[in-house]
Amino acid sequence: MLDRSVDPVIRVQGLCNRFGSQVVHDHLDMEVRQNEIFGVVGGSGTGKSVLLRSILGLRHPDAGTVELYGRDVQSLAAADRSTLVQSYGVTFQNGALISSLTVAQNVQLPLREHYSLSENTLDELAQLNLALVGLEQGAGAKFPSQLSGGMIKRAALARALALEPQLLFLDEPTAGLDPISAAAFDELLLYLHGELRLTVVMITHDLDTLFATCSRVGVIVDKHMISDTLDGLLENPHPWIHSYFHGPRARAAEKEIHG
Amino acid sequence: MTVPLALEPWHAGWRLLLRGDWSLAAMPQIEAQLEGFPQALRGPVLCDWSQTQTPGIGPSWALLRRLRDVGVPSDAISHSGGPPHFVELLQTLRSDPRAVGGERAPRPTLPGIIGDIGRWSVLQGRYARGVVEFLGRIATVVGQAFRRPRAWRISSLARHVYETGITAIPIVALIAFLISVIVAYIGAQQLSRFGADIFVVDLVTIAVLREMGVLLTAIIVAGRSGSAFAAEIGVMQLNEETDALRAMGMNPIELLVVPRVLALIIVLPLLTVIADAMGLAGGGLLSLIDLNIPLPQFTYRLRESLGPTTFWSGLIKAPVFAALIAMVGTYRGMQVRDSARELGRLTTVAVVQSIFMVILADALFAVLFEKIGF
Repeated sequence: MLDRSVDPVIRVQGLCNRFGSQVVHDHLDMEVRQNEIFGVVGGSGTGKSVLLRSILGLRHPDAGTVELYGRDVQSLAAADRSTLVQSYGVTFQNGALISSLTVAQNVQLPLREHYSLSENTLDELAQLNLALVGLEQGAGAKFPSQLSGGMIKRAALARALALEPQLLFLDEPTAGLDPISAAAFDELLLYLHGELRLTVVMITHDLDTLFATCSRVGVIVDKHMISDTLDGLLENPHPWIHSYFHGPRARAAEKEIHG
Repeated sequence: MTVPLALEPWHAGWRLLLRGDWSLAAMPQIEAQLEGFPQALRGPVLCDWSQTQTPGIGPSWALLRRLRDVGVPSDAISHSGGPPHFVELLQTLRSDPRAVGGERAPRPTLPGIIGDIGRWSVLQGRYARGVVEFLGRIATVVGQAFRRPRAWRISSLARHVYETGITAIPIVALIAFLISVIVAYIGAQQLSRFGADIFVVDLVTIAVLREMGVLLTAIIVAGRSGSAFAAEIGVMQLNEETDALRAMGMNPIELLVVPRVLALIIVLPLLTVIADAMGLAGGGLLSLIDLNIPLPQFTYRLRESLGPTTFWSGLIKAPVFAALIAMVGTYRGMQVRDSARELGRLTTVAVVQSIFMVILADALFAVLFEKIGF
């Protein structure tokens, strides 16, 4: 059994990732603690998605260790891997909903795989998860191609929540949404984070989301990660971090949050 | 094993004692217990969570739903013994069974069946119109291209000639060679019983040149390139690439369809010539080894059996087959919408239909050639 109260939830140490001669991460360290919303930011090509894939065990890093709940992700036996996979939920950038299944069937997919439940129970759980993410009635019967961008993000979140994880990974959850939908998604995330006591790791470029939701932020610069609270990062003298948090867009986002 | 819940009278109402594993994994047992609930409950209900382990959201939700269904209002439910933190959220959550859209397919009825046939017919009519429209679009592009040479898209055409033609040479050559060896071998077995060994040459020559060379090549190309056309264009449809082309004022038929059709029309006759040559070589080799017919005698007999139209009657079919394969493949690709499953389905349809069309056309050619004595 997995001990879900281990703190920190995620510990990455000395992570190195290389593509040929191009070094993406050079001894990167990262820690995510219980019940926080941890934002990951960085310029394009700094390896945010590569970091996520390394943490999820989808990519074997060139060096370094990744621990989830105190377990080394790479040296797990297949059975342990399966329990580990059930302890977190992931949403991908474009939703990655299975296009030949309806939204409800997408939500039921991990439940069908890991538990033997009756059809009625599955329907009930699909309703629960769709209601949790605020998807209106009728959305469950639709196919992903019939959904708007915001609904796809919510449906993907419902699928990620299906196995009742305490850890959520979100890859660009508000990318491509209009500001109103994005703000609604932020609100939803905060609500679920509070009510379900989730730990959230979120890759995002959306400064509004960052200021509205994240308790700590890790910035990938110079192949390392600098993690701090938002207030700490605002004071950080590193040129990239400074221009990121003090650019015209950042100032607007900040003003809105802090009044 | 502990029963997950027990209901007992308590003060003016009821006390629900929840026990043991209440995680998602125990959901089937919990559901079964909830099924056995009384149909109606009066009075307040106290849920005692003190003996549960790792209560999950799903099972808790099922419990609250069941309580609501048997007529306990949510303000009559109270909790003790350290209820899970999400209980409050679940009590306020509204859900709608229609959200899942669980309606099953209705039983077939007579009017329903007639309606289905009608809908199917209308749909077929629409498909037929779509095919005619597609042919029309291709014809328009080709027609315009004579006035606007840039529309020929030479570089794209060259790429498709390479991909569908040059790279197909080894497999076409090998299969033509092997099949003609098999035909010659079976023919030799039968004919040698009558001492008519030498007619194996006639058999191979006519079979390969008139029918097998072109038919085999067409079927191989349909499997290789017809499927590739459908899949390539289908993925572009899914990625909205074709819409992007249209939005930039370019015609996807001109850019994607016509180069593929033209490339195949150029390539298939050439591949057929290669298949013919390899087929004859196979027949010659088998005659030499199995029947002891030396090569000069084989070639002499070959020339004897060759009518003036034998070679051409095979080759002339190649461009027609090519057009059929390419148009079916690209048309099915353009039809892909929405999902990965559609892509797979239409790619399959493209291959099956193009092979069917090729064989149908071959049959029509056979009748036609017979009538006009070609």
